[in-house]
Amino acid sequence: MRLSYPSDIKIIRVPCTGKVDVLHLLHSIEKGADGVCVVGCLEGDCRFKSGNLKARKRVEQAQKILDTIGIGGERVAMYNLSSGEGPLFAQYAREMHEKILSLGPNPIKAHRKKAA
Amino acid sequence: MIVADKKPIEEIIGYVQDANRILILGCNECVTVCEAGGKKEVGVLASALRMHFLQQGREVKVDERTLERQCDHEYLEEIRDIADQYDAIVSLACGVGIQFTAEKYHSRPVYPGVDTCFLGVTEERGVWTERCQACGKCVLAETGAVCPVSRCAKRLLNGPCGGSTNGKCELNPELPCAWQLIIDRLTALNRLDEYEKLMPIKDWSTDRAGGPRKVVREDVQS
Repeated sequence: MRLSYPSDIKIIRVPCTGKVDVLHLLHSIEKGADGVCVVGCLEGDCRFKSGNLKARKRVEQAQKILDTIGIGGERVAMYNLSSGEGPLFAQYAREMHEKILSLGPNPIKAHRKKAA
Repeated sequence: MIVADKKPIEEIIGYVQDANRILILGCNECVTVCEAGGKKEVGVLASALRMHFLQQGREVKVDERTLERQCDHEYLEEIRDIADQYDAIVSLACGVGIQFTAEKYHSRPVYPGVDTCFLGVTEERGVWTERCQACGKCVLAETGAVCPVSRCAKRLLNGPCGGSTNGKCELNPELPCAWQLIIDRLTALNRLDEYEKLMPIKDWSTDRAGGPRKVVREDVQS
């Protein structure tokens, strides 16, 4: 399809979104990622039955923690699509990219630089 | 197992607000099983605290360590060499572990990272229910192994009370009546005649009524 999506999005492949833990999401932000989106299969279509549903709960937990500590939970998001929906993936990637651009860079990075 | 629940992060932040070096201390036993204070929860809390302090412009050292148990001297000794490095220790063990850590490291402030709830079972992942109140004098032999002390809201020893409706407690329509469970269980065991026997007044001195308790077993003492 050769669809384009923002080049500063780095894809990390996992066997199933059920593999993604709150800790992975928090560590990504702690290490300086401006945002993280988890892209899973459509709900009800998980090959491992409930991996994407678990992922959604973990994304919500991470959002809650990030809101509590003042980083902002909107830096973490969950999307669902089927593997045949390339254009939708590109659209979600652009959406997330625009959301992060509007939020600005991860505040942790700036504070870490100052502290160093 | 001892069931605990996570404390809100903002509450823990309040405890350690002024510290510069913090140790988050997990426990590999009950609180790991009930997903409140194991290695993973230690990682999540430590990461959240590091980000919180960085957000405030402070680089606070937040270290992570999870011990096999916090209710035994031998495991708590594992942090003997490092405990002095910290201004605050947040223990994610149950109330027992938190206190024992504080007793052992007297000069370090130790704060709770969980709320210890009860002695219970995992009904399903994410759902835990109470089964024992450690009253010190077990009556399960007489009640078909259903505990009226922990599972009856009134701790009735000769129940049920008039609030039992359709097998549920008057406190909450989802809460099973312990005495209904006892009757059902005794019926299944073909021992319902035992239900007719009145249970004598319970000796509550082995419960909290007798103050803090102690078990001394000379046969296993060294």
